[in-house]
Amino acid sequence: MIAREQVLHVARLARLALTEEEVERMTEELSSILEHIERIGELDLDDVEPTSHVVDVENVLRADVPRPSLPREKALAPAPDPGPAGFRVPSPGAS
Amino acid sequence: MTQRAAGAGDELAERRYEPVIGLEIHVQLKTRTKMFCGCELAFGEEPNTLTCPVCLGHPGTLPVLNAEAVHFGLMIGLALGCEIAPRSIFHRKNYFYPDLPKGYQISQYDIPLATGGRLGDVRIHRVHLEEDAAKLVHAGSSGRIHGAEASAVDFNRGGTPLVEIVTEPDIHSPQQAGEWLRLLRATLKRLGVSDVNMEEGSLRCDANVSIRPAGTATLGTKTELKNMNSFRFLERGIEAEIARQEEILRGGGAIEQETLHFDPATGSLSSLRSKEEAHDYRYFPEPDLVPIAPTDEMLARAREALPELPAARAERFERDLGLPAATAKLLAFRSELGDYFEEALAADSADAPALANWVTVELVPRLEDEDPFASKVKPRALARLVAMVSERSVSQSAAKEVLDVLAAEGGEPAAIVEQRGLGMAGANELGAIVERAIEANPKAAEEFRAGKQKAIGAIVGFVMRETQGRADGGEVNRLIREKLGA
Amino acid sequence: MSELLELSAAAAAERVRAGELSARELFELYRERAANEDLGAFLWVADEAPEVPADAPLCGVPVAVKDLFCVEGVPSTAASRILEGYRPPYTATAVERLIEAGAPVLGKTNMDEFAMGSSNENSGYGVVLNPWDRERVPGGSSGGSAAAVAAGLAPWAIGTDTGGSIRQPAALCGIVGLKPTYGAVSRYGMIAFASSLDQCGPLTRDVTDAALLLRHLVGRRDPCDSTHLEFPGEVSLPGAESLTGLRFGVWGLEEEGVEPGVAAACRAALARIEELGGAVEEIELPYAEHGLSAYYVIAPAEASANLARYDGVRYGARSLDGDLTSMYERTRAEGFGAEVKRRIMIGTYALSSGYYEAYYGRAQKVRTKIVESFRAAFEKVDFVVTPTSPTVAFKLGERTANPLAMYLSDYFTVPMSLAGIPAISIPAGLSDGLPVGLQIAGPPFSESRILDAAHALEQAIGFEGRRWR
Repeated sequence: MIAREQVLHVARLARLALTEEEVERMTEELSSILEHIERIGELDLDDVEPTSHVVDVENVLRADVPRPSLPREKALAPAPDPGPAGFRVPSPGAS
Repeated sequence: MTQRAAGAGDELAERRYEPVIGLEIHVQLKTRTKMFCGCELAFGEEPNTLTCPVCLGHPGTLPVLNAEAVHFGLMIGLALGCEIAPRSIFHRKNYFYPDLPKGYQISQYDIPLATGGRLGDVRIHRVHLEEDAAKLVHAGSSGRIHGAEASAVDFNRGGTPLVEIVTEPDIHSPQQAGEWLRLLRATLKRLGVSDVNMEEGSLRCDANVSIRPAGTATLGTKTELKNMNSFRFLERGIEAEIARQEEILRGGGAIEQETLHFDPATGSLSSLRSKEEAHDYRYFPEPDLVPIAPTDEMLARAREALPELPAARAERFERDLGLPAATAKLLAFRSELGDYFEEALAADSADAPALANWVTVELVPRLEDEDPFASKVKPRALARLVAMVSERSVSQSAAKEVLDVLAAEGGEPAAIVEQRGLGMAGANELGAIVERAIEANPKAAEEFRAGKQKAIGAIVGFVMRETQGRADGGEVNRLIREKLGA
Repeated sequence: MSELLELSAAAAAERVRAGELSARELFELYRERAANEDLGAFLWVADEAPEVPADAPLCGVPVAVKDLFCVEGVPSTAASRILEGYRPPYTATAVERLIEAGAPVLGKTNMDEFAMGSSNENSGYGVVLNPWDRERVPGGSSGGSAAAVAAGLAPWAIGTDTGGSIRQPAALCGIVGLKPTYGAVSRYGMIAFASSLDQCGPLTRDVTDAALLLRHLVGRRDPCDSTHLEFPGEVSLPGAESLTGLRFGVWGLEEEGVEPGVAAACRAALARIEELGGAVEEIELPYAEHGLSAYYVIAPAEASANLARYDGVRYGARSLDGDLTSMYERTRAEGFGAEVKRRIMIGTYALSSGYYEAYYGRAQKVRTKIVESFRAAFEKVDFVVTPTSPTVAFKLGERTANPLAMYLSDYFTVPMSLAGIPAISIPAGLSDGLPVGLQIAGPPFSESRILDAAHALEQAIGFEGRRWR
């Protein structure tokens, strides 16, 4: 089970504004999904190593050789609010 | 004697505290390209001219690790006496901020590149690799967005390779912190892995500060100090924080774990993050990268690239060359100065302590640039000059004049001495001057003959004035005594 | 209807090579069909046929590309509103390799937003209809690619598979879909859903086409993807007619969620395998039943980070009404659809402080056990065989209200994704007039052997899957 407060906390961490209706639905849906997922909690996995990746290679490295960068206009072109100093955003901490 | 019962408050107020300080240092590596893409690194370019889909975090892009950054990381780990992890991995550190294009920073977390180690009297906890954030420029109220103040992000710096070095809490004063950071800076500079410029941000230092009653072993609650972008600010910031914590504890309060921002203009500390914004970085292994498992070749290459490091160099200067400890440190911790000194030493078989003294006491104040190699005084020339002093072919004071000329115009000391007549006065010339001196000071000569040793001073002084310091004091003394038949 | 439409991609390429057909004519045929389709399969269609080098091995046979792949200058949205109007400044390696091999991009296909879904109902740009029954879903997330190939709107297509997103829609649309070994195809330029699972692969009319397309997707190491692996040798074109000496381990046919019609079609296919000389036996795959639980922790966890870059700063949509935090929160609230939000929430929760070990940590351990299960299985058998999907194509809207029921569609495909092994879905037959897929999985980099076996079986089954008449 997941509590409403947890849903709100997680939504804040994920930067998702949820409507009241979404919060309610999410609380319900997440609970039932998590309940299903929690079945793995009953397995005995004490001495099992975790697998984060199935690719068994190491040291994939790139030579320190410059490659052309994007022209500035091309870098800024897809931005919602490009400016001469860069990608414009509301200042953090400002209101 | 009346007995006074000490109240708890008094006890608190009088208690002596010991600071416990650990440092976290971020070092921008001097690779040619960024950590995970081929964009070139340069300081001061036009904003957003050194970016690509990878470092802008475009959909579908993937990081590929820069081999040179790993090499530099290994060099740092080895130089600090750390154990290199046989296999280390990257994690994602998740948080939202406009200077973080992917919404996570790729960093090392529970298995860093290197752990355990020591530099000077401070133990190293860990050394790990990560990527730098971009630069967020506050545009102020001039460029408002929907009435709110605006900032602009420049991604040129985003993705610069960083090494983070974390020390154990082995530092116990602001001065020790400053001195140790200077040693680290000299070490990194010597390794050639970074510009280590605090003002430009290629060396950044945060400090974890706590205090505890002197003589106790438990650790108090620590605070994290950020933004101390010079050695002076680091020392002042820590000093201010120790004072703040002492005041709180003396007043019976408790220290709150928080991150503080040091304002060098006012010397004050302010809290950076409010508590409800408590961070939850949700670290998990970065699936787009594979582990680093340094091979024997990688380790050998890093080991071979290690130069002699400042601490070892200072020790060698002291031990092998007989330099005083302070001079040895001065030369070793400013590696160019040490290099200059050694080049000079090799150029002319000068007396090492004398040469070291000339470099640190006479040359340094005459330098316009930090780098002695940029000066007009060539190492070989300084060495020759010091040798001439030892050979008594030029006096101390005349040699300083020669150095002035070298610093202003360059050239060879012998030629300058010759040109300007700064050489030691010859035997004939000196003999004549001594005779004149005796004639000019009959009273002193009389007194000396009568056994008043001190009277010779007036005659010596005359000779020195006449020769403008181009005479050796001992020789002048000998000649006067000879003439006066003593 | 043009008889050209009847040609498989490989056959069409042969015609072009023989000089009996112009690549431009072929492209125009499909361009016309894709531009005028009414299944909702395409989100963008190319204007004109690009130049194709005369000696290119794929001879100009155009390919439909899932909208998850970045193509320079071409709208690439992952079917999300948050990337509306986004035209990437670069092209995905997989697409680049196909273009180099002579398969130009025909268009971008619809999909579940950010590849999250099993029905294609989660697209930000509308649903895709199943050409077998327009009231049913084509499966997902590569639903547009599957429907386009099944309906003859494209000769072939590429899609991506994270937990079944190539195999399941291929099964539901009666075509062939192959998920290669993890790392076999470069992920560079493929918009990430769950990085440790995502893999690009072909959706085709037959097994030979799948082999041909795969041959040009894999190959030398891509310097832009650290997890990409050089493919051992060349993918061979299948030619087997017999399965003699091959052992097939069957898993999951008895599971209660498997529809009787699906089980029956699969049993019929197993009978064909035996007729062809193959040995069929039931096998155990310990922990595979927990694959779904592990998957629905690992994939959302990785996705929650992968989708953090959609913040309205550098590209894509932005919703603004004040400070930075509300810009983030509104941009993401308005730009992402319900399923994407749900998965971001699950993933964020599973990684958050205090829950990591219980969810993510344990899921990774289950993953280890599943890898071991397959390894053990492949010591006894050459291939593992399962139904691709427990059901045939379901009705539009039937499962949208119940996310968990939707997730169960992936029950048979998720274990192979977690283990990173290759698996193909081929049509096994029909159940109530709807296609049933049979999944054949093998050890890492056994693609050529899987394709060979699948080819032999395909010939024996003789499935009639063309849906454009």
